[in-house]
Amino acid sequence: MISVEHLTKQYGPFTAVDNVSFTAATGRVTGFLGPNGAGKSTTMRIMVGLTRPSTGHVTVSGRDYRELVNPGLEVGVLLDASAQHAGRTGREILAIAAQTMGLPKSSVAETLARVGLTEDEAERRVRNYSLGMRQRLGIATALIGDPQVLILDEPANGLDPAGIRWMRDLLRGFADQGGTVLLSSHLLHEIEVIADDIVVIGHGHIVAQGSKAELLAAAGTLVRTADPSQQDRLARALHEASVVTTPIDGGLRADADPELVGETAHRAGVVLRELRAADGAGLEEMFLELTADTAREGAAA
Amino acid sequence: MTTQIHEAGQVSAVAATTAPEAPAARRVVRPIPMTRLVGVELRKMFDTRAGFWLMASVGIVSVLATAAVIIWAPDEAITQNTFSTAIGMPLSVVLPIIAILSVTGEYSQRTGLTTYTLVPWRGRVMSAKVVSTLLVGVAAMVLALAVGALGNVVGSAITGLDAVWDVSLAQFGNIVLANVLGMLMGFMLGVLFRSSAGAIVGYFVYSLVLPVAFGALAAFQGWFRDLQPWVDVNFAVTRLYDQTMTAEYWQQLGVATLVWLWIPLAIGLRAILRAEVK
Repeated sequence: MISVEHLTKQYGPFTAVDNVSFTAATGRVTGFLGPNGAGKSTTMRIMVGLTRPSTGHVTVSGRDYRELVNPGLEVGVLLDASAQHAGRTGREILAIAAQTMGLPKSSVAETLARVGLTEDEAERRVRNYSLGMRQRLGIATALIGDPQVLILDEPANGLDPAGIRWMRDLLRGFADQGGTVLLSSHLLHEIEVIADDIVVIGHGHIVAQGSKAELLAAAGTLVRTADPSQQDRLARALHEASVVTTPIDGGLRADADPELVGETAHRAGVVLRELRAADGAGLEEMFLELTADTAREGAAA
Repeated sequence: MTTQIHEAGQVSAVAATTAPEAPAARRVVRPIPMTRLVGVELRKMFDTRAGFWLMASVGIVSVLATAAVIIWAPDEAITQNTFSTAIGMPLSVVLPIIAILSVTGEYSQRTGLTTYTLVPWRGRVMSAKVVSTLLVGVAAMVLALAVGALGNVVGSAITGLDAVWDVSLAQFGNIVLANVLGMLMGFMLGVLFRSSAGAIVGYFVYSLVLPVAFGALAAFQGWFRDLQPWVDVNFAVTRLYDQTMTAEYWQQLGVATLVWLWIPLAIGLRAILRAEVK
């Protein structure tokens, strides 16, 4: 289990991480979602003692990371797959990690096989690796000590669809056997596919968190009228029933459960073509808003 | 669409055969001993092409310098001292660069991200680096001594004169000390700059520019002449090679290295312990 409590990190006047608290639970895959520059990597670096927080603290399996006597055996970490000496072979990088942790030499070949790097690939220097191969090597470094906790920053970056599927199965299996997984991504889709719980961060603070099911349920109802011209009438009726609506894809998203929306439509005499819980539409909208903010700032700069 | 993917995920998770081993059973986790860290740091000095050739250059330089002495030195100059000087000069350039790269590699190549995550006590990592650097330095000096001695034997056999053994154990000790100080200076620059290019430029300023500047100052300003041994670190260290060290010389060496080595080293180490690793 990873527990983040009131974490704040300031760089001069800029607050990179602003009073962030969340928990990554045992037996679950927690997705840490946010646009680039939202504070994900800073939070993860603080978790493993590479960056000092301004205030707040993080515990991993109930302890401060620096209290772990041989952290590689308890927490598998991948922060940046490209942060490797380009002149070392993949096997050598893994062998150094194994030696540091005090693992037998045989663990290197076993772990290479586990992440799907061939003997031939392992002998190549990392400068000749694709990003996907670097990610596999980074995941191998994280897994080799058989830890109970995984902290992975953008691990799916550079993986092809088959690679993402492989990673999902790997992390699912890890969590099912009682492990804790925290992985970050700036892509909603990746997180949706892999995670059980989602923590959304933007501009350094947490904007939403909960299980994937909860966050999707909180997204309200998607409703489409059979006759598009009747949509306004439905919107008015919902508005009179104190339901907030947003136009979406030729329909409406209503902040209410489908039953209430259906009832309102019935009373207003509007024929519906579609009525269902809006799968993550709210999450997506919220995430797009966050991303758009960042993009605007980027354009203005 | 989302729902479908989700279901597919659960199905394949159940069917997955490549899932990792059960992480459930907790093992006894033992602390990482210092000897292992030194072993890892030594390994990292040799396991890249650049690192390997840098290390190999120690042997290559020793052999080339020895050969040069045998070929070009006049017969009466074929003494152990000539060999040790000939080998010592290039080595005193190579060894500090080895020390610099052992530190700056973690930052220039960003391997520190992994190193400090596996060993989150940077003081211990730095200690292991100092120890492994000095082990390499002393081993290189012993190798140089052996190559030089071999050269002396071969050279004397060619000239037909008796081999002259004029390097005492104490002298050899001083030469080793001078090189150790040189490596520590490289280490200090590495710690201070945390960038290979910056530290190597810094090293050449230290070993080439400063001595010339101090030398010129001493040559033209009388008041500086008595001061030079106290403030010119190269001047103070070079005496270890070719002069009998007096008590005053040792004191001057101590003062000069305090200013140019120990204090900046302390500042650099403090910065390394606190700095954010990105």
